[in-house]
Amino acid sequence: MAKYITQRLAMMLFILLGVLTITFALSRALPGSPVEMMLGNHPTAEQIAAARTVLGLDKPLPMQYLKYIGDLLQGDFGTSLRTGRPVLEEVTRRVGATFELTFLAMFWVVVLGVPIGVISAARQNSVVDNAARAGSVAGMAFPVFILAMGLQLVFYGKLNWLPLQGRIDASILLDSPFERVTGFYLIDTLLAGNFGALWSAIKHLTLPVLTLVIVTLATVTRITRNMMVEVLSEEYIRTAVSYGVPTYRVHYAYALKATMIPLLTVVGLTFGYLLGGAVVVEFIFDWPGLGGFVVFSIAQNDFPAVMGATLVLATAYLSINLIVDLLYHLVDPRLRVQ
Amino acid sequence: MSIQNHSLPMPSRTLSRRIKARAFAGDNKLFVFGALLLLVIILLALFAPWLAPYEPNKIVFSQKLIAPDWQHWMGTDEFGRDILSRVLYGARTSLVIGVTVTLIAMLIGIPLGLLSGYFGGRVDTLLMRFSDVFLAFPPLLLPIAITAALGSGLANAMLALAVSWSPWYARIMRGAVVRVRSENYIQAARSMGVSHTRILLRHVLPNATTPVIVQGSMDFGYTILAAASLSFIGLGAKPPMVEWGLMAASSRSQFLESPWTVLFPGLAIFVLVLAVNLVGDGLRDVLDPKKGTR
Repeated sequence: MAKYITQRLAMMLFILLGVLTITFALSRALPGSPVEMMLGNHPTAEQIAAARTVLGLDKPLPMQYLKYIGDLLQGDFGTSLRTGRPVLEEVTRRVGATFELTFLAMFWVVVLGVPIGVISAARQNSVVDNAARAGSVAGMAFPVFILAMGLQLVFYGKLNWLPLQGRIDASILLDSPFERVTGFYLIDTLLAGNFGALWSAIKHLTLPVLTLVIVTLATVTRITRNMMVEVLSEEYIRTAVSYGVPTYRVHYAYALKATMIPLLTVVGLTFGYLLGGAVVVEFIFDWPGLGGFVVFSIAQNDFPAVMGATLVLATAYLSINLIVDLLYHLVDPRLRVQ
Repeated sequence: MSIQNHSLPMPSRTLSRRIKARAFAGDNKLFVFGALLLLVIILLALFAPWLAPYEPNKIVFSQKLIAPDWQHWMGTDEFGRDILSRVLYGARTSLVIGVTVTLIAMLIGIPLGLLSGYFGGRVDTLLMRFSDVFLAFPPLLLPIAITAALGSGLANAMLALAVSWSPWYARIMRGAVVRVRSENYIQAARSMGVSHTRILLRHVLPNATTPVIVQGSMDFGYTILAAASLSFIGLGAKPPMVEWGLMAASSRSQFLESPWTVLFPGLAIFVLVLAVNLVGDGLRDVLDPKKGTR
């Protein structure tokens, strides 16, 4: 196990280095150079030369690359061209909002998607199955921004049940502020015992989470169903059924267990889709997370900020997949023997 | 569904083909539905200049934000442009995006997968680790970062999507090539002294492309969705180009009062992607040997 973890960690570091190389290459492929962005219109030759020295652009590319890696290792993600503050600070401030959104969406996708997939597979061609299949075909064709705007239209525009945008009511932050311990408002408001703020956070979370759940639920349901159909036709399942093992036990203890590994893979991949989808969802719901930050920074040509946020999101995705890989060992004893 | 009863007169070739086609259509109703829907959309896109009741970019401020009526079936947007005409023209953009991105991604991925799977060894390790790095980015994030670096615009967004997608094709192609490589006919060709290039192009490539085509047909819809998302956040198509994602984005500020400005472009994307996905699913069922329908 220890050897496996070491191998996986080494692999992850290698891939992370690759990711860094890509972000470096992209940041040097800019159409308008960062110098122009820093200096604005009509800078003098001296100003340009000075800015190039400050940004380290006068050095050869390999040197620039080494400096880039070195700076990142020391936690220096560069300075945001827009705010003038360190990118790391900007990113850390927003990371909690993105993770709260994606983790909560992930939770609901698994809690809803897996049972629907299992029921769908167990009762093939039933009403539930057909509805789930039609739903998953439709869900995969829905543009995330239309879904988000449709939900806003119904739940804010027509019913006025839920807020249009944002993460919490601005008045709460002014009247009864709470301490940010974890960056997850649901937890922080609970810790502070501030139930008004908690309720506001729940209401603000509902629509963005619902959007992300609907667009990713289709994939998880579909894959769970397909895998369960395969497993349910296995001999040992038929044996269990003929021995009179209760159906729910056959489905959830025997069959679902056999689909755990592919399911874990799907969960890992879904997390990636959620992080990617979060970019659009955060933009629409004005969610103060990394995704919205990326879009806003692109519009402002704030390249260090874009690459910093990209790097953090890619690292988060890699880490989740590492955890998924390690979980394989827990659910599949065969891997432990090897 | 083959006809084995010899007491019946043997059907002619065309008749048996017709029977097979009918049986296929009966088994794959969703595929047929999707294919018909797609055909209609392609025809609408092709004949858009004749079908569209108005110029798609004609601004008439006196007619802005009119709800759907007999004059404007899908209403008008904030510049008084007819949404039906724009939706029809937008179909052209989305179809071109889907085809171009998928083809470029295949053109990058297939040769890489071919080389990787056929030669194995260091080439394989290097190319596959390279694709690992690309796949380490959450989907949509890499195209966003690449477009941001290249500069926003539809051409760059399409290139970014294709580059981000190509590692998938490289991997799938590699897997198929590794299976084909050990076949007897490849060994035979090699022992006869046939050159690597010829073996790759004449024997390996035609026998290993099916999974890639299946994947391509499945990705087509996702490509359209992703490109629309990029346009929506301001990285893809730019005015005066007519694109559904861009239409939704530009009407965002008044969609609560005039929902039709967003609803119809959104519905158009949904219908096109649905049609494409149903066709993709059908193609997979027919072409995927694991499914055993063939």
